[in-house]
Amino acid sequence: MSSSDIRTLELNMGPQHPSTHGVLRLVLRLNGEIIEHTSPRVGYLHRGFEKMAENMSYQQFTPITDRLSYVASMNNNLAYAVAMEKLLGAEDKVPERAQYIRVMVAELNRIGSHLIWLGTHALDIGAMTPYFYCFREREMIVDMFEEICGARLLYNYVRIGGVAQDITAKFMDMLKEFVKIFPGRQKEYHTLLTKNRIWLKRTKDVGVISAEDAVNWGISGPALRGSGMEWDLRKKKPYAVYSELDFDIPHYDEGDVYARYLVRMDEMLQSIRILEQCINKIPEGPYMADEFKKVSKPIKPPAGESYGYAENPTGELGFYIISEGKNKPYRMKIRAPSFIHAYALPFMIKGSLLSDVVAVIGSLDLVFGESDR
Amino acid sequence: MLDVKVINALKEKFGEDIVNVSESCGDSIVNVNLASLHDVLGFLHSTLSFDYLLFLSAADYPKREKRFDMIYQLRSTATFDEVRIKAEVSDGEDVESVSDIWGCAIGDECETYDMFGIKFLNNAELRRAFMPDDWKGYPLRKEYPLKGDEFSDRYLDKYLPEGQRHQPEHTRMP
Repeated sequence: MSSSDIRTLELNMGPQHPSTHGVLRLVLRLNGEIIEHTSPRVGYLHRGFEKMAENMSYQQFTPITDRLSYVASMNNNLAYAVAMEKLLGAEDKVPERAQYIRVMVAELNRIGSHLIWLGTHALDIGAMTPYFYCFREREMIVDMFEEICGARLLYNYVRIGGVAQDITAKFMDMLKEFVKIFPGRQKEYHTLLTKNRIWLKRTKDVGVISAEDAVNWGISGPALRGSGMEWDLRKKKPYAVYSELDFDIPHYDEGDVYARYLVRMDEMLQSIRILEQCINKIPEGPYMADEFKKVSKPIKPPAGESYGYAENPTGELGFYIISEGKNKPYRMKIRAPSFIHAYALPFMIKGSLLSDVVAVIGSLDLVFGESDR
Repeated sequence: MLDVKVINALKEKFGEDIVNVSESCGDSIVNVNLASLHDVLGFLHSTLSFDYLLFLSAADYPKREKRFDMIYQLRSTATFDEVRIKAEVSDGEDVESVSDIWGCAIGDECETYDMFGIKFLNNAELRRAFMPDDWKGYPLRKEYPLKGDEFSDRYLDKYLPEGQRHQPEHTRMP
């Protein structure tokens, strides 16, 4: 058979494929095992958040943000609160203790989200063991969140103007314990994967994207830092109290799946560093601005529009809100990093092997609750 | 607030096409004419180093003559400046795609088409991003109902204007 006889094959991957972490469908055009063209189809989890936002009050929308990236609810809450406070011009009204609590829960949830990512990403590529190790530590984080807000998955904890409840002494004890043992546990993950020969073969030089292309395709978060950009909104445009805390931005120049893996691994340790400083620095005081304490009191931002954002485990989550002076937004657009990453996928996997698609999807940490909104 | 140099450069290059420059909550907003929208965005990307498109989207103002606002949020990775470009679009008018400038515009344009029914020229991948391909109506338009039974023909017919009616095939009861 000559090469001209080879037909291109159109293949549907997903939406029930286990490695797509939910419901991503890719329509792949294959030449043998080489990918020629990809068309991502998202939307299987579309719940119309932007439409819902136009019909509910600002406070009512906070629990909806939990459902975006459901493994990083605290970060979503924080991003929404930051965006709302920017719209209200109330950044200074949030008590300092609340800001510290926000940073603590956000960093804990960042570790939690990265642990789920590491477990499932390794599972996709064929390493089953890390999954159990990761969920062991994630359980500790979830227990801590249960202690402060009673929920284990969707917290609705960070509110506009502060946080829902003060943290308890038990939480602080659990946190100190966690901060003490986690760096050792992180080393354990390294022993499982970082120099594992199969892992290296599956991730090195796979899904390479240069920094320039990554910017052009709107990639943000750890994926951008894996391409050599020293880019972190917590440093570039500090919100909450990140400007008072000392931490590094891990970044690697290779731009492949392995680099993105290393970035997230290092980030977990940086989060621990931030947590350690927070434990020492957290001041006494109120946990919520008095102005926003009563949920029954409607929030009415002045007419105007603002774009507020935060560094989430998946990337830059932003809320663009147009207000007409009422207690409901006129229009809310959510910049979901997973949606943008899903559309950057065709560029990253063009010309690579079909089996590498799984590794690249995993390395981008796509969460479809966020992508589909 | 945006650097004055950027605004001056834009005004010098495009003159009358820059309709208005304003500020809201610390964000800079530049309103431009639809005709020069693509050129303005291209100029910002190539000459003024706004290399990062955060998102593009639209907003619906049904009472206005030109009912949609196209919204582009740009950022410069070098200086961290941000600017929001807006242009008014009437219903049925096409907008030139910016997917030739920023790759990430493809997805957002699909989403805007899906939610508002604004068509983009020169976007090869343009299709509904979230809703099924045979869906009628555009959910983020203000007249679209908030909730309802998608299996009921009467429901959508009651709310949607002429031309957008007709139940999508896949939701019809056999």
